[in-house]
Amino acid sequence: MNCDEFAELVTAYLDDALDDSSRPLFLDHMARCSGCTGYYGQFTAAITALGELPAPGLSPKARSHLLTAFREASSEKPE
Amino acid sequence: MSEGVVRLGGVTDFPPDPVIVAGLRSGDEEVFALLLDEWSRGMLRLARSYVSTAASAEEVVQDTWLAVIRAVGTFEGRSSLRTWVYRILVNTARRRGERESRTIPVSSVDGERPDGVPPERAEGGPEGAALAGEVRALIDKAVGTLPSRQRAVITLRDMEGYGSEEVCEILSISPANQRVLLHRARAAVRDHLAAYYDGRGGP
Ligand SMILES: [Zn+2]
Repeated sequence: MNCDEFAELVTAYLDDALDDSSRPLFLDHMARCSGCTGYYGQFTAAITALGELPAPGLSPKARSHLLTAFREASSEKPE
Repeated sequence: MSEGVVRLGGVTDFPPDPVIVAGLRSGDEEVFALLLDEWSRGMLRLARSYVSTAASAEEVVQDTWLAVIRAVGTFEGRSSLRTWVYRILVNTARRRGERESRTIPVSSVDGERPDGVPPERAEGGPEGAALAGEVRALIDKAVGTLPSRQRAVITLRDMEGYGSEEVCEILSISPANQRVLLHRARAAVRDHLAAYYDGRGGP
């Protein structure tokens, strides 16, 4: 396995989706190649950072509009 | 239903679908508010994969919830409720995105700053906080440059933490396709970060 092939398989490795023949080659390459070890570290660091991004929520106006819509729809429904 | 919500201590205690659906159908506003507060952030992010502004994404999310209110009576439980809601969102966002791409000049879309995270860089704060703010802004920007299919997958998998099976179902794509899109998106974000760290002399 060369470095390009290694880089293509990182997500498959992380999803535990490498087949039995590729997985040892992937791990073997990482053990021998400091460049790819570094790439792997940056790749997983990016994934971690993505998970830590703050997410803005609905505006209070939109939220209250939706709650009103829900209330009105419920009161219109014949029970 | 109410007891279920009152005891709610965190995401792990989120009521199961049948309880939520029954609450929605019976007009339990507390249940609806719970859903709104749990899912809207992720929905806004996902919508933003397809439309060009944060305001537009909010309209997509509002339209989606209105559709959910109208259609919850027809929910059959063949997928999870969340998947069902997200699929409505994706359809709504795609349609709107296609309309926008026909009417909005490309330059104005490209020119918009990535929304979401204001670069909350604590002024005069510790270097660490400033750095974290910079990295966040950078990742935000990197995600903003992705094609919408890649952006949708990385949003759901890495930003929202959903499993690959659910993501495939929400986006109607195969597992292999999902992995390719996710990998390309991650590699692009990694490239942006690497360029940044190279400029600073290391992570
Ligand atoms: Zn290598």
